Order: sequence, then C-alpha cells, then structure tokens
Amino acid sequence: MHRCTTSRYQGLIPLALAGCLLASPAMAEANTETELEVSGRVGYELRLFDNDALYSGQSDSANHSLFFEPEFYWEWSNGDDGVIFKPYIRADEHDSQRSHVDIRELLWVHVSDNYELKAGIGKVFWGVTEFQHLVDVINQTDSVEDVDGEDKLGQQMINVSLVRDWGVLDLFLLPGFRERTFAGENGRLRGPLVIDTNRARYQSSAEEKHLDAAIRWSHTFGDWDVGTYWFHGTNREPVLVQEGGVLVPLYEQMDQFGIDVQATIGDWLWKFETIYRESDNQEFVAVQGGFEYTYVGLMDTAMDLGLLMEYGWDSRGEDGSTAIQDDLFLGTRLTLNDIQSTEFLAGLGQDLDHGGSSFLVEASRRLGESWKLSVDARIYDSDDAVDPGFALRKDDMVQMTLERYF
Amino acid sequence: MLSNFISTNSRSKSFRHLAATSLLVLAPMISAPATAITPEKRGLEIAIEAKNRDLGWGDMTTDMTMTLRNKEGQQSIREMRLKSLEQEKDGDKSLTIFDKPRDVKGTAFLSFSHIQTADDQWLFLPALKRVKRISSRNKSGPFMGSEFSFEDLTSFEVEKYSYKYLRDETVNGQDSFVVEQIPTDKFSGYTRRVVWIDKEHYRALKVDFYDRKNSLLKTLTFEEYNQYLGKFWRAHRSTMDNHQTGKTTVLTYAGYDFKVGLKDSDFNKNSLKRAK
Repeated sequence: MHRCTTSRYQGLIPLALAGCLLASPAMAEANTETELEVSGRVGYELRLFDNDALYSGQSDSANHSLFFEPEFYWEWSNGDDGVIFKPYIRADEHDSQRSHVDIRELLWVHVSDNYELKAGIGKVFWGVTEFQHLVDVINQTDSVEDVDGEDKLGQQMINVSLVRDWGVLDLFLLPGFRERTFAGENGRLRGPLVIDTNRARYQSSAEEKHLDAAIRWSHTFGDWDVGTYWFHGTNREPVLVQEGGVLVPLYEQMDQFGIDVQATIGDWLWKFETIYRESDNQEFVAVQGGFEYTYVGLMDTAMDLGLLMEYGWDSRGEDGSTAIQDDLFLGTRLTLNDIQSTEFLAGLGQDLDHGGSSFLVEASRRLGESWKLSVDARIYDSDDAVDPGFALRKDDMVQMTLERYF
Repeated sequence: MLSNFISTNSRSKSFRHLAATSLLVLAPMISAPATAITPEKRGLEIAIEAKNRDLGWGDMTTDMTMTLRNKEGQQSIREMRLKSLEQEKDGDKSLTIFDKPRDVKGTAFLSFSHIQTADDQWLFLPALKRVKRISSRNKSGPFMGSEFSFEDLTSFEVEKYSYKYLRDETVNGQDSFVVEQIPTDKFSGYTRRVVWIDKEHYRALKVDFYDRKNSLLKTLTFEEYNQYLGKFWRAHRSTMDNHQTGKTTVLTYAGYDFKVGLKDSDFNKNSLKRAK
C-alpha cells in the first residue's frame, strides 16, 4: 500500500505478467474444485505530448507505462460469503510517483437475510453526474492514473448495509486515510510547483489513522433514484500549502452533507448532485446538474447517440481550489453497438468566468475476444493564470492504451 | 403511423377486458360455430393460453452463451448468467451477470419489467463500482452487438401485443397456430411479429420480425425444448437470423434450475452491486 519507486518494482512487472499469463489456464481449470476465480487485466499505455515540457524536470514528449490488475475471488456458503482481492501495480517510465502499487480491494462480503456486511479494503461510488463526481467521497482519488479523477485508491472500511422497504441504509466506519497521489517532479500534468507528498500534514493529531464515519440513505421512488449522506472525517481534498519551492498537502477534518438525484423519464436522464462542506478553513456549497439524452437507432442504424449537458457551480468562486466554479460541460457519446463494442466520446468543459476550456475525445474498441484498444486525446486551452487549467496549457496529449483481459 | 399506434393501444386496453370476459363466457360456447370468433379474439385466446400454461414457475437461474456470426463466418462469444423471479400481477424481475467478453466481465443488469408502465433498469459498471439507472426505452437496440434486441429477450406478457390469428400450419411436423402480434409499445423496433405456436404445448417454435418499414428483418427459431417441473417448456437453443445483414446469433442455454429459492431481496441495487 505504500507508494514505491520505479526502480524497486520495475523488475517485478515483467515477471508478474509472465507468471499471470502462464498461470491463468491452469487456474481456470482449478476453478471448479477450489471455487477460486481468477481474472484481471494487463496493459500498456503510451502518452504523447504535443508540446515540450513547461516545467524543469518534466519528461519529454513520449511516456511509456505498464499496468497490471489481477482479481482473485473466493466464494463459500452458497455465495453468502465471498472474499475479493484486487491488487494494482503501475510502472511508469519517467514519473516515480506514478509508479505505484495499491490494494484496490481486499474485501470480505457477508450477506444475511437482514443485512450485508463488508470488511476490509474496498471501493464505493456515489453519484449520478458524468463530468464531475461531487458527492463521491469515500475513496481517495488516485490522480496519477488519469486526470479525470475516476481512478480511486482502496479504502479501509467496515460497511453495514440494511435493505428495507423505506430504502437502503449504509453505515460506514473508515479506519485510516489514504493520501491523494500527485505527479512527481519528472511527471507531466502537474503545476509549476511539485507537491511533496512525503511532507503531508494533518489537522487531526491521529493523522492518517483518524477514524472517519459516514451514513447514507438511498431509495427509488418510481422514476426517481435519490440518495443523501453525511460524512465526518478527513477531507479527501488537501489544502496545498507552499513551503519553500514545493507544495505540501494539508488534510483537514471536515463534515460533508450530500444529495444526489436522478430522474429517468423516457429517453432523458435528469441528474443533480450537491454538497455542503464545512472545515476550519472553508465552508461552501457546490452543485453539479444536467441531463443525458439518448437518441436510439440513429438514422435507422443500430447506433445510439447520447447528448450530455451539465453545469457546475461552487460558492467559493475564484477563491476556491476547485477547477469547477462556474463551468459548462457538453458531451456526446456515439455507440456503434457492433460486435467489437466501438464507442466514441467527446466532451468540452468551458469555464464561464475566465474562458479557459478543456476538450477531450475518447475512442475504444475490442480487438478479438480479450483485447481492448483505447485512444484518448486531451486539449487544454487557457490564457488566464487564475484558471486552474492554466498550469496544464502545455500538456495537450494523445494517450493510447492496449489492454489484455483474462 | 400515429393513428395506428393509438388504435393499437386502445385495442390492447379493451382486450384486457375481453380477456377476462372471454375466459368466463367462452367455456359454454365451445360448441358454437368457429365463425363466431374473430381472428383478433382467437389470437388473444392463444396468447392467454400460452401465458397461463407458463404461470407458476417461481424463480430460476440459467447460464447463457451467445455466438455471434457475420456473413464472413467470423464469430464472437458472449457468456452470461441469468436469475429471474416471477411476479404476481406484474412483469418479472431479472438479474443478468456478464462473464464474456472479458472486458465487460462483472457488468450486471437489473430489470423490473412492468406490464403497464416502462420497465425499471439499472446497470452496474464494475470498474467504477457505479450503479447507473438507464432508460428502458432503448429496447430496439442490439443486445451486446448481437442480432437479439433487448425487447427480444424480455419476458412475454399478453398486454405487450395486440393479436390476430392468421392460419394453421405445420412446422417440423408440429401442428401450429400462426398468430400476428402487434407491439402496443410505440418504442418497439417492430411493426409486427408473426409467431408459430405449437397446438399441443403452446410453445413458440418460430418468430418472424418485421422492421419499422414492415419488411421482414429477422427470423427466430426455437429448438431443443425441454420440460421442467413437469410443466414448463424451455428451448435450449434459439437462432436469430438477420435476413437484411446475413448475420446470425445462436443463443444456447446450459440448462435451467427452477425454484432455487430466489427472493425479492436478490433483486435490488445492493444485490446488483455484489453480483459476481
């Protein structure tokens, strides 16, 4: 679970990969006897940056990277008990901070008639919107993986879930906190000052051992899916404090209240998320809302076209650390519905205060039965130093990922 | 087209009344001349009888394999497991868990089908651990790139169609009714289906699907019927041929387990999240 340097793990990866590729057919045969199921993915990623690096120490235009994520699953008591183990490892050519290992999941799940218990390391997602995940708070963002914030570090947890006629009540105890990952000195996609994660500080004297807690209720009323929660504990988003030539993350204690709502009406999905957060340094409200409309069977073909629009607002405005304070998002998703599951996605984020924008295109396709190829392009356009996207203005890139699933 | 839909819908509503009354009144009328029954009534009766013969199965699980083939003979495999729970006075609840292709392994689909209103559907995306409510209007689209659409895979409910008995015909040596079924849902991908139902067991043997332009689009053939619990007939192999593209999808079932003790609590957003 501790982040590791490239040199320590680079040698391990080819071994692990070879071991896995060789072992998987044998494991599959053993499945029926041991109730052990092995699956996972292994992949190669190439990032090509359009411009030379802006900050000293950063790598050149090309970056190679390998990742490996096996998944082991055991099941007993007729499926009422199960353990999942999902480690993750990435080796990056240049950025020693991006080369890291993590336990995404190591979770025991027990299902009883009246409750469901999860204990160990797990991952939980809350929310409904696509361009920003405001209410999603349990897991820390693994931000070296990708800039979209969708990759998460495993979180230690005990979760009791009660399914009743009046909805689902989830109780969480979160013993221990995971620090956010940040690009290192040699990595791209960072600001001018390196974030020194080794000097992370905490408001609580318990530091990263603080016991966090959350309670969430969610329910479905016809076309409406709603959820609301209260979270008390360590703020997943650090305040970045400048000390000498680096930024030091400071993790405060916070209380956060959140609501998420989706109305599914005909071809329209209407989505709304809001949070209220209170800590020593700040108190604010943020909102993300919009719609997703799917046009099924485009021009009498099998293709579907999705149109998305969302707006994000944050009461901290320009003073806040957030990149999204008055931003409009437009997106479109084209699904070919072919045998290879070909998909295209384009998204535009426009800062309505400063005129900064970011544009992304993603395309993916299955190759054969077990390979998948994805090509993503990201363009950042910003002339205003106030805009958080300004720091990334030279980091336009194309990213190609080839994954093998087993 | 619009008036067509409206009349179809109103017909289906009045048929619900007809269905109830016909069951009560028709019994003493059996000796009456066959000409007294309109083709619409006859078609509806056949649908009601087919549905009634399949009531009471409770719950079931099965493993499914889809083999997709294009004109050039290239093929691709989909594997999934299905759990289903019969509901009184409403459509079934079902949970589908995907095993292949590997990149979608762990994806799960929860559906509450309804007779009168739109179905409720949720998708679990394992990479993000996200449950997403999805629009159930997307029923005409291909299922996993196959020649089956979502609506081809949902449970049969009498109210989903209006009917017209066409003729009798023999299919592979089995005496059959040939009935035209017109979807009551205007979001269906079909103008009509023509179904061959065997007279002895009221099982669908063959279905012709007509697209929105009323041209023959696909033919579905059911084979290898097995009887479960001494009552319920299930095909172990069904083949969908697309006449317009030359593509074929073969759906095979590894066998069914009925009355395994599934409950409502096995079909909610929590069970969707932990589906393995």
